[in-house]
Amino acid sequence: MHGRPRKASKPEDEAASTTKAQKLRALQTQFFSFHHSKIYTKEAVELSAKLLEINPESYTAWNYRKLAVEHYLSQPDCNPETVKSVLDDELRVVESALRQNFKSYGAWHHRKWVLSKGHSSVDLELRLLDKFQKADSRNFHAWNYRRFVAELMNRSEKDELKYTEDMIYTNFSNYSAWHNRSVLLSSLLEKKAEGFLSKENLLPEEYEFIHQAIFTDPDDQSGWFYHLWLLDQTVTTDHPLLVSTWPAHGSDVFLVGDRCQNGSFSPFTTVLSDSGSFPIVLYFNQPVKGVSSSTVIIECGFNKNEELLWEPLSVSNSQTAQVWVAHLKCPTSELDSSVEISVGYSKEIVSPRGSQYSHPSTFSFKVHVQPVERDSSRVSVAENILWREENFKVYRAQSEESIPIPSFDQLCIKNGHESTASNWRTEALAKEVECFRELLSLMDCKIGKLTLARLLMAYDVMSFPFANKLVHSEEVLELYNDLMKLDPTHHRYYKDEHSLVLLRKMTSSEESLLQHCFQYKDSVSSAIGNPICLRLNNLSLSRIRAFERLLWVQMLDLSHNELESIEGLEAMQLLYGLSLGNNKLRSLTALEPLRKLKSLRVLDISYNRIGDHSIDTTRYLCSSPLSHSVGSELNDVALINYWEAFYMFKDLNLNQLDIVGNTIADEKFKSVLVKIMPLLKRLDGELLD
Amino acid sequence: MEDIPPYPPIDPTTFDLIVIGTGLPESIIAAAASTASKSVLHLDPNPFYGSHFSSLPLADLPSFLSTHSTSPSPPRPRSSEGSNEFSVLDLSTRPLYSSIDISVFSPDLLDQNSRKFNLDVAGPRAFFCADKSIELILNTGANQYMEFKSIDATFVGDNKGNLLNVPDSRAAIFKDKSLGLMEKNQLMMFFKLVQGHMAGEQDVKISDEDLQSPFVDFLNKMGLPPKIKSFILYAIAMADYDQEDTGVCRDLLKTKDGIDQLALYNASIGRFQNASGALLYPIYGQGELSQAFCRRAAVKGCIYVLRMPVTELLVDKDSGCYKGVRLASGQDIFSQKLILDPTFKVTLPSGLSPPPPLQAKLPFFSQKDDRGRIARGICITMTSLKPDMSNFLVVYPPRSLFPEQATSIRLLQIASNLAVCPLGMFVLYISALCNDDDQGKKLIHAVMNTLLTVPPINSESNAAVQSETAESGCAVQDENAESSSTGPSDPGEGKPTLLWSALYNQELTLGQVDFICSTPMPDGKLNHDDLIDAAIKLFKKIYPEDEFFPQTSSENPEDDGDGDDDVSLET
Repeated sequence: MHGRPRKASKPEDEAASTTKAQKLRALQTQFFSFHHSKIYTKEAVELSAKLLEINPESYTAWNYRKLAVEHYLSQPDCNPETVKSVLDDELRVVESALRQNFKSYGAWHHRKWVLSKGHSSVDLELRLLDKFQKADSRNFHAWNYRRFVAELMNRSEKDELKYTEDMIYTNFSNYSAWHNRSVLLSSLLEKKAEGFLSKENLLPEEYEFIHQAIFTDPDDQSGWFYHLWLLDQTVTTDHPLLVSTWPAHGSDVFLVGDRCQNGSFSPFTTVLSDSGSFPIVLYFNQPVKGVSSSTVIIECGFNKNEELLWEPLSVSNSQTAQVWVAHLKCPTSELDSSVEISVGYSKEIVSPRGSQYSHPSTFSFKVHVQPVERDSSRVSVAENILWREENFKVYRAQSEESIPIPSFDQLCIKNGHESTASNWRTEALAKEVECFRELLSLMDCKIGKLTLARLLMAYDVMSFPFANKLVHSEEVLELYNDLMKLDPTHHRYYKDEHSLVLLRKMTSSEESLLQHCFQYKDSVSSAIGNPICLRLNNLSLSRIRAFERLLWVQMLDLSHNELESIEGLEAMQLLYGLSLGNNKLRSLTALEPLRKLKSLRVLDISYNRIGDHSIDTTRYLCSSPLSHSVGSELNDVALINYWEAFYMFKDLNLNQLDIVGNTIADEKFKSVLVKIMPLLKRLDGELLD
Repeated sequence: MEDIPPYPPIDPTTFDLIVIGTGLPESIIAAAASTASKSVLHLDPNPFYGSHFSSLPLADLPSFLSTHSTSPSPPRPRSSEGSNEFSVLDLSTRPLYSSIDISVFSPDLLDQNSRKFNLDVAGPRAFFCADKSIELILNTGANQYMEFKSIDATFVGDNKGNLLNVPDSRAAIFKDKSLGLMEKNQLMMFFKLVQGHMAGEQDVKISDEDLQSPFVDFLNKMGLPPKIKSFILYAIAMADYDQEDTGVCRDLLKTKDGIDQLALYNASIGRFQNASGALLYPIYGQGELSQAFCRRAAVKGCIYVLRMPVTELLVDKDSGCYKGVRLASGQDIFSQKLILDPTFKVTLPSGLSPPPPLQAKLPFFSQKDDRGRIARGICITMTSLKPDMSNFLVVYPPRSLFPEQATSIRLLQIASNLAVCPLGMFVLYISALCNDDDQGKKLIHAVMNTLLTVPPINSESNAAVQSETAESGCAVQDENAESSSTGPSDPGEGKPTLLWSALYNQELTLGQVDFICSTPMPDGKLNHDDLIDAAIKLFKKIYPEDEFFPQTSSENPEDDGDGDDDVSLET
């Protein structure tokens, strides 16, 4: 069935197919006339069977037969015997159609439909399936249908599991069989069936099983797929956990109205806030839903009655997100107050798989408000951040700031019991690491290297979950470097993974993170009062992540990398200034995460590739503003031509934008931008009126 | 021979070719010659097809063996002298089997069922699904007279009675429980190397230098562990002699040949949908093969006369050239060419001097080619050596049973589902190459003692009746007693009990081509390929102008296209 080269058709074959087509055409014409006049006589139905035998893909004919069956069954003289014979006929037609082409969707679907009517023997189905699955053991239609039948006849999942085993023993290059195994095991684990009580007992056996396949033939991908599933099962904790927050537990937040005003606060936790409100960010280990004022309880000296509105930070606008944000407003009357936030004391925070958030946690911090002076015009005009090398000074922590970066120690929110439960996971991973090191000692194997890299990362994360030590990161980076050379076809994937490991490594400790912290100071302004800028420039990053450690960042320099996407950046709610200059962003819609950043004022997207390609394919993923009432002050032509720009920038409150060096950024486009963003003060360094 | 029923005289009396004996090579030649439109007369003194390749009922096997183990009786008084034109040469038989040892432990059981047995005289034998024999069977249409069944597995045995599965395919390596992960990887990598090499992939080509080197050296070079090396050499490449001891190795396998064997094995697995393993066995026994070719020949006009001994050879008085044969019925039949079964030797009638031209030829023709001997054993049991499995091959690599074991011993268990024995019984065929009878016995006994319980012969009469050499029957017991005292486990525990056994030693006579031709005896290989090569060679020699089974596409007009590559396989 597989791996057979297609033969060029011979002249006689073509002649044969011509006669077949003629015959088919005649049949079809006749069939349609019956169909349209709703004739369900014996001859008419037989004709459709003939048609389907030649062409099982004829969906209309299948539907016609369904109508015909309904017609027969609705006859007044219909008795159980006739029902049975009518349905048996259908099964026969399907069977002969499947003999013709047993990858026919229509035929398999029709069979399901017939069975769903009841009356038919399901035992026969399994026998038929055995025959089909022997002929082509990897046919996914047959496997799909098998799941359907197994469920219909209440066949035990253990029996089905045994069947996958038999099929795998016959030929382990059978992705369908491995896949079905993963489906069955998931279900058995979920039900906690006897012998399948915990992953802890089951997964080591499955690892042992898959090793036989992988070691026997490392070139076969089906085994690796299953291994990847096992790895995922090992690493994923079922329950959602809170991994990071802003403000961090035990931190002091300073709200100031004007940066220049007072420089005595820590530049890490001083937040500019015109309105006296600041964001609270909850970062979970997986997407969750159900974060609301009833699941997250806030206690503070003020704001007792007002309910917080929790908003999911997801680009797709679904109600499920890994990061949630709410804005808390501090009255200027309360200069210093404590806030305590409790997450998950009611059971409504759940993962999409239905696992409940089950480790309730509490974190608290202090808020200090600096009264706002109503003279903000001076600030706005003077503001002009130039992302130049000379404007950044290495940050030296002042003595009183013992923990300048807050997001580290607070992560150990009630995790004691979780870590002991994870022992088997660490052990399993360590065993896997050893196993694949051995394989790689025998042979050079790309997928083996990739797996080892994944295992090592998972192991590091798992064995030091909160200390976040990455003992193997150098080795992993080396593996990805190797892979980029070995397997240029997948260069970009390895590059992405490399970037993510690099980011993880840089953010893994206070010390390494501090090496990338700079203080902005240009010739006009003083360093005092400016936030710390995290500079991750010139690292040839193609992707970014590790946002859970960067929630505090207000200025971020990602320039001179190879970013094509900034997915996930929406988590950085405090972001005030961002440079994405000299990257590989291809479209305005790639900037979508920025729409969620309400604090963003300064943006540099100069020297990217926006507009290089005339068609931005991702635009079709965004809802078109044309379909909504936009109440636009723009004329329609501009709107039609630049709606991505309108969509992206309309809700951003930018003061400063650099967009030079992109194909899209011509004079006309810039004039549109100015119209879209009335608050914009500087465009490409030029002061606007 | 006196009780031969009167035969009607054979008509015509002149043929292109006379073939005497219906063994495999003779039958193939008869079929090939008939296909090439030669008129062929095929004779056999036996009442059955197959001669030394036949499958016989239990009761007939001992008598067949003993007939061919004695020296010829002194020439009978000549019925008639040669005419003026011909000299007459005696055709006598020569002893081909020695040291025959039949032991009956359960006479009643077996007597009732004698006819239900089809015991291969030349066992153990099997086909590789992709070997030359199967190719020939398919090409000639002989497959329509035969049915096959797959041999379930191949094992390697050790002296403790363990049978280790031979991981001979991807699926088998995956499934194997005795190999470590690294070993699995190494073995599969080696298989892939061989596959790549056979497929002509440039980057995995095995160098010419390696191809000419001994296979065992190449395996060492590939870093394969001893266990895997042994699997490959003896259970897949089916090497006969100890490849690591050049002192005893008479047939050192070259890498090239080893790779060819592996490729054959590999091509055999999965060739036929119903055959799970690499090997096939014909239902009703190996004798079916000779018979199938005879049928093929008969369809093409070959005339068959069984139970017809040939007594004399007629040669031209002046030239010494072969002219014809004199049958036991007294009739003289003439032909251009003659093919003789290895049973026969040509002797001068006593007191007569041969015509001068023959004097030079005869000594050469009568010369026996000494290629050593092969020890064979047939055992019958009531239980399988391996529960849940009926038909399988076991290989005992050299030195696996005792230190002096220089050749590998093969054992093939065949069950009643292949119609070779009554329901519930199992036939074990054992063979090993040897230098002499004693060595041969030792090899066969070593396997029997490892795997079987040999009961004491309590009913003296029954055992003695058929046992030609009762002493060696006792020897079996003695050795068994010895091993049971030293062996770690209870000898009776789990081991099948022997019901009947036949041990014999066979000469490995090669075919000869001279003024008359003779065919080879069954060789020591597992399959028939070398014998087929010999038959082809003989055919080419006598009919250099004719094609050996020319491919005719119109041969089977009823073939439906996909059937051309099929043998009948029972599942």
